[in-house]
Amino acid sequence: MKQLTERERMAKRLPTYRIRDFDEVELGFTEDQAIREASRDIRFCKASCMLGCPVGVNIPEMLRLVAEGNYEEAYRRLIKKSPFPAITGRVCPQERQCEMFCVLAKAGKPISIGAIERFVGDWALANNVKEEATIKPNGLKVAVVGSGPASIVVASDLARLGYSIDMFEESHMAGGVLVYGIPEFRLPKEIVRKEVHRLKELGVNIRLGVPVGTAITIGELAREYDAVFLGVGAGHPKFLNVPGENLLNVYTANEFLTRANLMKGYRFPEYDTPLHVGKRVAVIGAGNTAMDSVRTAKRLGAEEAIVVYRRSRQEIPARAEEVLNAEEEGIKFEFLLEPIELLSNDKRTVSGIKLMKMKLIESSNCERKAVVPTGDTTKLDVDTVITAVGFNPNPSLKIGTNGLDTDDMGRIKVDGQGRTSLKGVYAGGDIVTGEGTVIEAMGWGRRASTAINEDLSVR
Amino acid sequence: MFKVNEILMKRQLASGVKEIIIFAPMVSRAAKAGQFITIMTDEKGERVPMTLVDWSATEGWIKIVISEVGLTTLKLGSKEVGETLYYLAGPFGNPVSELNSSTIILVGGGVGVPAIYPIARSLSRNNTVISIIGYKNANSILYEREIGEVSDEVIIATDDGSKGQKGFTSDALRELLDSGRKADAVWVIGPAMMMKACSEVTRPYAIKTFASLNSITVCGSGMCGACRVSVGGKTKYTCMDGPEFDAHEVNWDELILRLGAYKEEEKRALGRYILRSAN
Repeated sequence: MKQLTERERMAKRLPTYRIRDFDEVELGFTEDQAIREASRDIRFCKASCMLGCPVGVNIPEMLRLVAEGNYEEAYRRLIKKSPFPAITGRVCPQERQCEMFCVLAKAGKPISIGAIERFVGDWALANNVKEEATIKPNGLKVAVVGSGPASIVVASDLARLGYSIDMFEESHMAGGVLVYGIPEFRLPKEIVRKEVHRLKELGVNIRLGVPVGTAITIGELAREYDAVFLGVGAGHPKFLNVPGENLLNVYTANEFLTRANLMKGYRFPEYDTPLHVGKRVAVIGAGNTAMDSVRTAKRLGAEEAIVVYRRSRQEIPARAEEVLNAEEEGIKFEFLLEPIELLSNDKRTVSGIKLMKMKLIESSNCERKAVVPTGDTTKLDVDTVITAVGFNPNPSLKIGTNGLDTDDMGRIKVDGQGRTSLKGVYAGGDIVTGEGTVIEAMGWGRRASTAINEDLSVR
Repeated sequence: MFKVNEILMKRQLASGVKEIIIFAPMVSRAAKAGQFITIMTDEKGERVPMTLVDWSATEGWIKIVISEVGLTTLKLGSKEVGETLYYLAGPFGNPVSELNSSTIILVGGGVGVPAIYPIARSLSRNNTVISIIGYKNANSILYEREIGEVSDEVIIATDDGSKGQKGFTSDALRELLDSGRKADAVWVIGPAMMMKACSEVTRPYAIKTFASLNSITVCGSGMCGACRVSVGGKTKYTCMDGPEFDAHEVNWDELILRLGAYKEEEKRALGRYILRSAN
């Protein structure tokens, strides 16, 4: 494989410009780029990429159709497996999924599958590609709880099969983590809005402002509908549990991102929701949520925006592309540090973090290295702290009171197809796995919709 | 038929205080005393929690009482009958704790008085309810009749003594307890300072005291942690774990601090709104 062609790269806006606004960072392939990349060194293709796709997209077929310029057909086939390519093309950690399995990955030049998927999705949205088949109602009703990645897949799958779908969302906008969590510069809300609009075109009835658990219980839904899908996610923030966590200007990443994204706090006072961003902002954690938070803080005027992570660079769990983007934008990284106290000069507002220096040691019973305190501490002066140290399953369903089996972390127990301990009730996404990616949640949605259709067909 | 989130009635209760009835059948069918809703007046608005004051499951409406002191409440108060709110969701939070055959003192301050109404109504079925309702002066009295209908006894206090007893609700509460009245539990709802003062009054008597907290809330469903409070040294979500907490365990100073987190922004946004409305 000596004469491999170079990868096509998506054009990106210059960091100096992009840190001043919330417009999208990556600009997507041009048509020429998409065709070139889809056919690049195709003679080596072993279709191994498919092993890495949680929803089983026939990637070689997509590449072939794109290379032929047949984008509409590529889209129609793609959405049978991945219904929202404009979204997953942007947010999937491809380097750990399809692209990792590409034969060209060994040479460091895997096909840019994510960028091609995004191109196909964007092309279809821009050209307003409509559903072809007319849907024949089958007379069965399914309630879908939540409107995030898992739920939108269940709704779109079952609506196409003729089910009548009521989707219940507590918030004022459908999309779940796609609208409250992932920032505009990584996933424009206009794209989510268009994809949600496609759901409505399929006949899905989206009911906003309905908190299932209090406004209506899972039991009531189970009696009223032929099946219920619970896709309420894991967005209940974990705290650091260190002194000073409730000082002013200490945010959970979810509060910070919700204020910024969903409530458009970055446009205060045009929008009513305020948010504080100081000059030196520390984000605790190094997952995707941390990257989203730190880059949002930078855009909101932080002179220094720093990621503080208890492990080292190698263990960063965030999507590689976003770590790269963050570095380009001048985000600083501090490794092997764990907060033990948030400090304040005036007992009101956070002014610094007391940190324990950590070290990595070999661990026999764990895949990755264990991290342990060294006993030495240090201090970091900051005026804003954002904690992004993980999530627990959403508590709003009051799952425990509904007779649903859960594990000790509060996640709903399901079989391999998303069936819960209650007949007719299914679950998928982060409420089942704890924390996963958008596409993993979509994969669960697909499994559950398949199970629902199978179970209701034999009934 | 009415539109969902349509304002059905609006009534001025006192200067700057309005009672608003909204068509919200999904909320009214499940509402319980002690719960709240979250509203947005318009697409650009903030998400703001409001205590459910009354509701009718059969007619599909809910009632809230607002004090027009901030941007959202002013916007809400300026909405006319027939207009709709951009967003309204609920009910959120846990219903009020249930008690039987007890003597209960409910303390409400200012616009906190309507908030004790559903609690009084719920608890008065199986308990003896004494309500202490406090206001600035005789002109700011509201919900006196409503509270009277669901209480066995009502004590009015005004800061200036222009009606009822002179002094704060905490003074009236102290007098009542000092006079030897026995109570099994006390509920306090109102401004944080007032709830703090009342909880200090009941502490030496070791009477179980509940407060319904009014933390700054964004999501209302346990997703953001904006509403977090320290209760008994542990961090709790007001929206999911509350809004009712053991008043003797609440870190009041922290709550008061956090309630003031956006004082400057709130002033700025309010000023901008008033200027624009004037033009």
